[in-house]
Amino acid sequence: MMKDFEYLAPKTLGDALALLEQHGDDCKVIAGGQSLLILMRQGLVAPAYLIDIKGVPGLATITFDPKEGLKIGALVTHRAIEKSPEIRQRYGVLSEMERRLASIQTRNWGTIGGNLCHADPAGDPAPVLMALGATVTMASTQGPRTVPLEDFVLDYFETAMQHNELLTEIRVPAPAPRTGTVYSKFTVIESELGTVGVAVSITLSPTDRTCGDVRIVLGGAGPRPLRAKQAEDALRGKRITDDLLKDAAERAAAEAQPISDINASADYRREVLKVQVRRMAAEAVSRAERN
Amino acid sequence: MKHELKFTVNGHPYELHIRPKTLLVQVLRDHLGLTGTKRGCSCSSCAACTVLLNGMAVKSCSVLALQAEGAEVLTVEGLARGPELNPLQQAFLDHGAFQCGFCTPGMLMAATALLRETPKPNKDQIREGIDANICRCTGYNSIIRAVTAVANGEYQEAAK
Repeated sequence: MMKDFEYLAPKTLGDALALLEQHGDDCKVIAGGQSLLILMRQGLVAPAYLIDIKGVPGLATITFDPKEGLKIGALVTHRAIEKSPEIRQRYGVLSEMERRLASIQTRNWGTIGGNLCHADPAGDPAPVLMALGATVTMASTQGPRTVPLEDFVLDYFETAMQHNELLTEIRVPAPAPRTGTVYSKFTVIESELGTVGVAVSITLSPTDRTCGDVRIVLGGAGPRPLRAKQAEDALRGKRITDDLLKDAAERAAAEAQPISDINASADYRREVLKVQVRRMAAEAVSRAERN
Repeated sequence: MKHELKFTVNGHPYELHIRPKTLLVQVLRDHLGLTGTKRGCSCSSCAACTVLLNGMAVKSCSVLALQAEGAEVLTVEGLARGPELNPLQQAFLDHGAFQCGFCTPGMLMAATALLRETPKPNKDQIREGIDANICRCTGYNSIIRAVTAVANGEYQEAAK
């Protein structure tokens, strides 16, 4: 049963930040509430004050600039990302990921910012955005700060945000030439959370199949989305071959820190990760060759 | 402290005073008596509570009612015109697209949103459109047939 709370609906970002400063630990921020309300109904989260930012103007836009890349306001819904022609054209992996995130109903109301702040280690957007090299900007009464998304997500349902901070924007750099980024969510039931997720971004050299920049991010494989750095090292600077991808996939599975839960055992997760990393890396290479 | 909520449901304006924790489904069912919208799982899993909020399908068990301030809500009660079923409802009836009927309001609203966005969906798009909505009776095929029939123009007018 949900506990009562004081409801505050600031009309501007400034008002929202002032309320955060004032109420600190006693408040929670709600955007779409697609994750938060579940926790509140279960009594796991029971804030004294709920600050509703869904109506705060200026945080729900998507813009692209060839130099600055993609900017997504924290209040942009999953559905808006899925449907954005700009994103579909330049960051296809983001629309593909969104299309399989939860359900249409949830995507219509849930926001990208809320998803990242919820920091569920099985969430889909974080691994993809990490593979794309995204940064996030937080605002507070002391001013804004920007950190790589990698440093934003710290642990199970925990982020680097201070109690007076609000996530305002996600930025994704413009894609480099000959770069392929892919994501796969492995689920037993469509539209459920992934058992594991794998995002791979690979930039090939201008002339051949030599791997340049590479990011491999594992979801549902530890307390937060994990960069499989040893797997990345195995690929970086080398010519891509099937054997190399297999080796990288084995390293990624070894680096993962999965747990056993109701959906799958840790061993099973590791096994699926191995298969998925190999497949996604191969797919990323083939996309890179087409870009 | 209670908060004021002004919004429109099925074309009728309402002004209520509610506790902030009230969910949209509770306002619809318990405050307005619109019990067509079903409360199934109450944990965002079954989509029986689907309504349209400013034209978008949402799970009304997962939306804080106060977030509907100023919005237009459409529930299953808003589909029929008086005693006359709308095309989608008629198609559900003709194709036996329900048995116990508990999922039907949510299915109808999800399908309504789908047809508004994609008036001629193919089978995959229909499946995707009702993907969140759980039905334990029909096996879904009759539901897909009903939506297909409307999409094919077998009913006089497109679903409103």
